[in-house]
Amino acid sequence: MAYPFAHPREVRIVSKHFGDAGARPVDGWVERGGYRAARKALPEMTRDQVIATVEASGLRGRGGAGFPTGLKWKFMPKDDGKPHYLVVNADESEPGTFKDREILRWTPHQLLEGAIIGAYAIRAEHIYIYIRGEFVDVIPVLRRAVVEAYERGFLGEDVLGTGLRIECTIHVGAGAYIAGEETGMLSSLEGRRAEPRMKPPFPAQAGLFGMPTTVNNVESLAAVPHILVNGADWYRQWGTEQSPGTKLFSCCGHLRRPGNYEVAMDFNLKDLVFDLCGGPRPGRRLRAVIPGGSSVPVLTADEIDCPVSYEGLVQAGSMVGSGGLIAMDDSACLVRAVRRMVEFYAHESCGQCTQCREGTAWAARILRRIEEGEGRDSDIPLLLDISENMAGKTICVLSDSAAAPIVSSIQKFEDEYWAHIRRRSCTAVS
Amino acid sequence: MRDWHPAVAAAEPSQKAERDPAAPLFGGVYRERFERILGRYPTKRAALLPVLHLAQEVRGWLAPETMTRVAELLDLTPAQVRAVASFYTMFNLKPVGSYLVQVCTNIACDLCGAGKVLERFLSETGTEPGAISADGRYTVVETECLGACGFATAVLINDRFYESVTPENVPALLAELP
Repeated sequence: MAYPFAHPREVRIVSKHFGDAGARPVDGWVERGGYRAARKALPEMTRDQVIATVEASGLRGRGGAGFPTGLKWKFMPKDDGKPHYLVVNADESEPGTFKDREILRWTPHQLLEGAIIGAYAIRAEHIYIYIRGEFVDVIPVLRRAVVEAYERGFLGEDVLGTGLRIECTIHVGAGAYIAGEETGMLSSLEGRRAEPRMKPPFPAQAGLFGMPTTVNNVESLAAVPHILVNGADWYRQWGTEQSPGTKLFSCCGHLRRPGNYEVAMDFNLKDLVFDLCGGPRPGRRLRAVIPGGSSVPVLTADEIDCPVSYEGLVQAGSMVGSGGLIAMDDSACLVRAVRRMVEFYAHESCGQCTQCREGTAWAARILRRIEEGEGRDSDIPLLLDISENMAGKTICVLSDSAAAPIVSSIQKFEDEYWAHIRRRSCTAVS
Repeated sequence: MRDWHPAVAAAEPSQKAERDPAAPLFGGVYRERFERILGRYPTKRAALLPVLHLAQEVRGWLAPETMTRVAELLDLTPAQVRAVASFYTMFNLKPVGSYLVQVCTNIACDLCGAGKVLERFLSETGTEPGAISADGRYTVVETECLGACGFATAVLINDRFYESVTPENVPALLAELP
């Protein structure tokens, strides 16, 4: 079935059943091979074997940071006698990203199976799925799936007849981008403002309710069942040594065929934009691409002939991030786009750190006056100075995320800023 | 209810058209849901977000006395509850119309013309951002990224999620609300 736009060059593993409503209920999911991995892992494999397989696959966290999933699980203590928790980060809120929402609404059991295996591996007795409150159409789908999983004995007091108890609770967020940050999420789950915490201690030592906790992204967990069924080497046939497997890219903005595309992690970014997404709209020229959500540096149209691997995008001057690809054609004003993103960060700053609380709001004000033709010659060095003070100096990386589009857009589209400041005009083509 | 389990007691939309600002916190089925939510966490405080959602589902918004009542129920102080409620955008600290229209104007939707969709909602409902329309039916607000960037413009109206909204289909969309 052709999910809005499917393409033969994709490698659809996690997204295989997007657009297939039959995959949603538990029976449909089992018919499509679902819960085979859980049935294999829980009775047959030791926890260490599960972790070793995921570690060998090289799967890296798909939420943004790219930290190896197996290693994260390995950090969880053994035999400490404390309750352990698995927190599923389904708080997808990075502008430009809409992949977890699709995993959840088409294949909720894919996530649940990955989470059950994860909970087994890290000895978690309770899975909390922290889902965005705004996902009002997805929450009932997930809700149904959780109830089905309890009914079938995939969750509850005796998971798959192993005598193991794994509970699962859907926890609905309430509208805060920063709750998507790992430790902000833990604060939020405890009934507090979603304020990130200093690390160390890391969640594996002292996380939710002070107990050992792992936080995993939806897409990372959804990949786990496939890896367990087919093996680490199978997963490594795609991608590179440092970036094995496939990744979903949520492609949006000025594209002919926006949507989610799952590609091998060594796929070419330019091909993703021009071949899979169809390139810019008719009569338009591509101007800029943000490959990994609004928190990563912007690339010019000439810089996108590179692999989408973690190392490939770093070499090109950006990052994989969450895989939220935002394309801008020649009708886009870069100053406006950056202003819009920085206003978002100013709105979402939790306010704990001065650099972020003051810096995001100040930068947003400067960007707005530049956009409106009221900019000053000193504004560009001022923005760079503020950005310098915002990056790497705060509890979490929201501040760095706000600085990234500012600095990269000034580096690459400085003429656009000067057009606004000196000539009260814009280089965008109407 | 067929798909009922304590695990999903909190998984309900917190914005409904029907609400009763004077309803007790909590009575009847809501009392049951409240108890089941408490049973899912090792501390009472952890139930704060789900319980605030529940209170908003019942009453429509979180008045100061509503927050005080939630504080009593969870052994917190009113200040603790207000500090949390005011942190999250989905909690209404003032009344809203029967239909809360949230238009995403973040980067992807902005690139695809979300500003015009917002304008159209405001003109069709005759309101200013955040205000309640004269007939009490609508409140229109801008919201941050709704996570449907490939299907711009994304719009949330209570428990309905709309994708690919254009200014042209705003009137039909409003007309189909009950």
